[in-house]
This record gives sequence, C-alpha cells and structure tokens, in this order.
Amino acid sequence: MNFGQIILALSGGVATSIFIFAVTLIFSLPLGLAVAFGRMSKNPLISGIVKIYISVMRGTPLMLQLMVVYFGPYYLFGIKVNNSYRIWAALIGFVINYSAYFAEIYRSGIQSIPVGQHEAAKVLGYSRLQSFFVIILPQVVKRILPSVTNEVITLVKDTSLAFTISVSEMFTTAKALASAQTSMMPFVAAALFYYVFNFIVAQGMDLFEKRLSYYR
Amino acid sequence: MALLELVHIEKAFDGVPVLKDINLSLEEGRIFSIIGPSGSGKSTLLRLATGLEELDGGEVRYDGRLYARAQDGKAEYPSKHEMKELQSIFGLVFQSFNLFPHKSVLQNIMDAPIRVQKREKTEVRAEALRLLEKMGLPDKGGQYPYQLSGGQCQRVAIARALAMNPRILFFDEPTSALDPELTGEVLKVIQSLKDLHIAMVIVTHEMAFAKDISDEVVFMENGVIVEQGTPEKVFSSDNERLKAFLGRYQGI
Repeated sequence: MNFGQIILALSGGVATSIFIFAVTLIFSLPLGLAVAFGRMSKNPLISGIVKIYISVMRGTPLMLQLMVVYFGPYYLFGIKVNNSYRIWAALIGFVINYSAYFAEIYRSGIQSIPVGQHEAAKVLGYSRLQSFFVIILPQVVKRILPSVTNEVITLVKDTSLAFTISVSEMFTTAKALASAQTSMMPFVAAALFYYVFNFIVAQGMDLFEKRLSYYR
Repeated sequence: MALLELVHIEKAFDGVPVLKDINLSLEEGRIFSIIGPSGSGKSTLLRLATGLEELDGGEVRYDGRLYARAQDGKAEYPSKHEMKELQSIFGLVFQSFNLFPHKSVLQNIMDAPIRVQKREKTEVRAEALRLLEKMGLPDKGGQYPYQLSGGQCQRVAIARALAMNPRILFFDEPTSALDPELTGEVLKVIQSLKDLHIAMVIVTHEMAFAKDISDEVVFMENGVIVEQGTPEKVFSSDNERLKAFLGRYQGI
C-alpha cells in the first residue's frame, strides 16, 4: 500500500473527524455562552449546579465522558442502544465537554469588560439584551479569541478520542490500517492530517483576529 | 413643575451612610454645579438620579413622574415602559468617557438614537455631524476612540449624550481624568452648551468654572448639602467648612 492509497483509505474517517469537529463547534459555542450565563447567575441554585457541571467536565477525562455517554443509557437505565448511537454519543460527549470549557472562556471575557461600558449603555437606554449583544459581546469576542483558538486546536486533536467508543473517525481507521499493514505510514498520514487541519484553523483564526484589530 | 426632584434621598454602602436626606430640585434649563471634597457623595447622587445605583430611601422624579423610590430600604420602580420614557429625559457624561471602543466616533453618537429611539438614520447622521462640528471635531467621525486624546474622547461623549436630545444633562467630574490643557477645551465645550437651554447638573472640582457657568452651586460634605445658592452667595459664604474647602483652590 503506497502513501496515496493510505490517504485514500483514511478519507472516510477524515470526513467523520471533520463532522465531529464542526458539529461540536456549532453547538458548543452558543451553548457555552448559555452555560456562562448560568455560571454567573445571581440565583445560587442555578450557578451552583452549573459550577458542578463545569467542575466535572473539566475534572474528568473526555475519554471517560464519551464512554459514560455511550454506555450509560444501557448500564444505568437498561436502554438498548443500536449502532447508530455511537456517533450521537460522540457528538453529545464532545458538545457538553466543550461547552464547559467555552463557558469559562466567555465568563472571563465578559467579566473583563469595564463596568462603565454597561453603565454607558444603560444610561443611553439600551435594553439589557441590546447592551449585551451590541456593546459587550463584540468586545468579549475580541478579547477571548486567543483562548478560543487554543481550544479549537485542542478540539481538532481531541476528535481522535472518539475511537474509544469505536466511532470510525480518521484515527480509528489509521490505527486499524497500521496493524493490518504492520507499517508506521498510516500514523504519518494521520499526523499530517492533524497538522494541516490545525494549520488551516490557526490561519483562519489569525485572519479573524486581524479583522478585529481595527480598534483597541 | 420641577424637571428633576430629589426628595429625602438616602444611600449607604455596607451600612456606611453616604447620602443623608438630600433634597434638590431643578427647573428646566437651569445649571447646577455640585462641589465638595472627594467622598462627600456627589457622584453617588448623580448615579442615583440616573439609575446606576439603587436608592435606600427617598424619591427621584422627572417632570413630576416617579422614576425611582425606596421604602424601608427596598427600591421600587415604575413600569418598564415608563422607565424608558423617563430615561430619555436625561443624559450622563462620565469621568472616564466610557465610549464604545469597537465603534467609530460617528457610530458611538448615532447608535443609540437609531437603535433606542428608533429615529431615521439620515436625520440622526445629520445631527451627529452637526454635534461633532459644535464639539470642534468635524473631521473625527471615522476615527475610533483609541485614536483620540482624552479631551477629544470626552467631547465625543458629550456629543453622544446630546444626540439623544436630553432635557437634562448630568456631568460626573467630566474633566477629572484630563490634564489642565485638555480640561480647558472640555470646559469650553460645556460652556458653549448654555445656549441650548438644556438643564445641567455638573459635579466638578473646577471652582472657577462652577462659579462662572452655574445658576446655583451646591456644596456637599459627608453626605449632606451644607450650602446651596447662587455662585456669589456660596463662594462668599461664612460657613467655616466651605471657606476651608474653597481656600485650597484660591491663590493658586
């Protein structure tokens, strides 16, 4: 099997990896904002529950969380799951894990905005919603972008963890191929894929940062 | 009827009273200055009048209509709709400008009239340009706050407040963050607002300016109004504390 054939064999897995990556971002970025609000809630019950959720998500391995989401329904509740649940379990696991991380990033950003910005908006008559989305959030986005980039790059690499519940993403295929061929080459191809993917992500985020550099 | 009435205002922070039974009323078009040592409660009074702090006691009224009231330490407000209407009566200029850094000078001025007051964009734009002209910043519309000096920022902030067509404008130490040169240009602009016949309440440490611009001067100390009256009366008062306070500004 030459290198080109290996790449071709991995391409199905690549699509799954990109799919997990994209879905995780699409859902966890907005969900993280909601979690951040829960974390900052004045209601001690809400903020307490959210605090525990974030603490568990950050304090246990993502690999373990994926297993709980996948095996939990059967072992905890006796619900029989079919094979198509695998990918769902992976997506759910990634989204709830990454929402927790993004929530903390949002929170740090929101709390770093000077109180004077809120006050100026309030006196000008902005509603709380307008004040947040027109005045606060755009400034938050600029401030948290470097941390978000870090998290997104980690996510690219974390997609390989879906192999623990046998989702046939790229790395699962690469491992299988390496054993079958008794060759290092599939791993080299996998490394190349992650690196190129992250290179593109980093370039994209860099471009985004530059677009927001029109103000300080 | 008074445009602004502050009735029996009480406020404490962590049990320490900062305002004790303050009564003040302001007619349409009148200019008040509030002077006094730091920590006397001047800024807190403005923040209570503009809804940035909660009352512990007393009432704030605009046009005779209730804006905020507190009984037994619990603040009460009228309906959301009423609050919004009363909110549009006043504007506030902050010590630290609080311009929106991600918006250009023009956007800073135009956004609230368009978004909050739902006014026509072309009309708002024309007014914003006119205001910038008046502030001596006719060519700064496309710039961002970080590109401006402190004095220019404060003038933009004044334009932003004026664009809402308030009937009363509060200034919370508008020049305290500026060096003497920039202070001069901002004071000149505030002076020039006199012919707009907007009521103004100015918390300031600029005594000559307060004396010059005000219809009435209010001297506060330790959360109470010690002296109030025309500039002539207040600046020649026999009150020992006021004399001591003013003494530090004279003969410079």
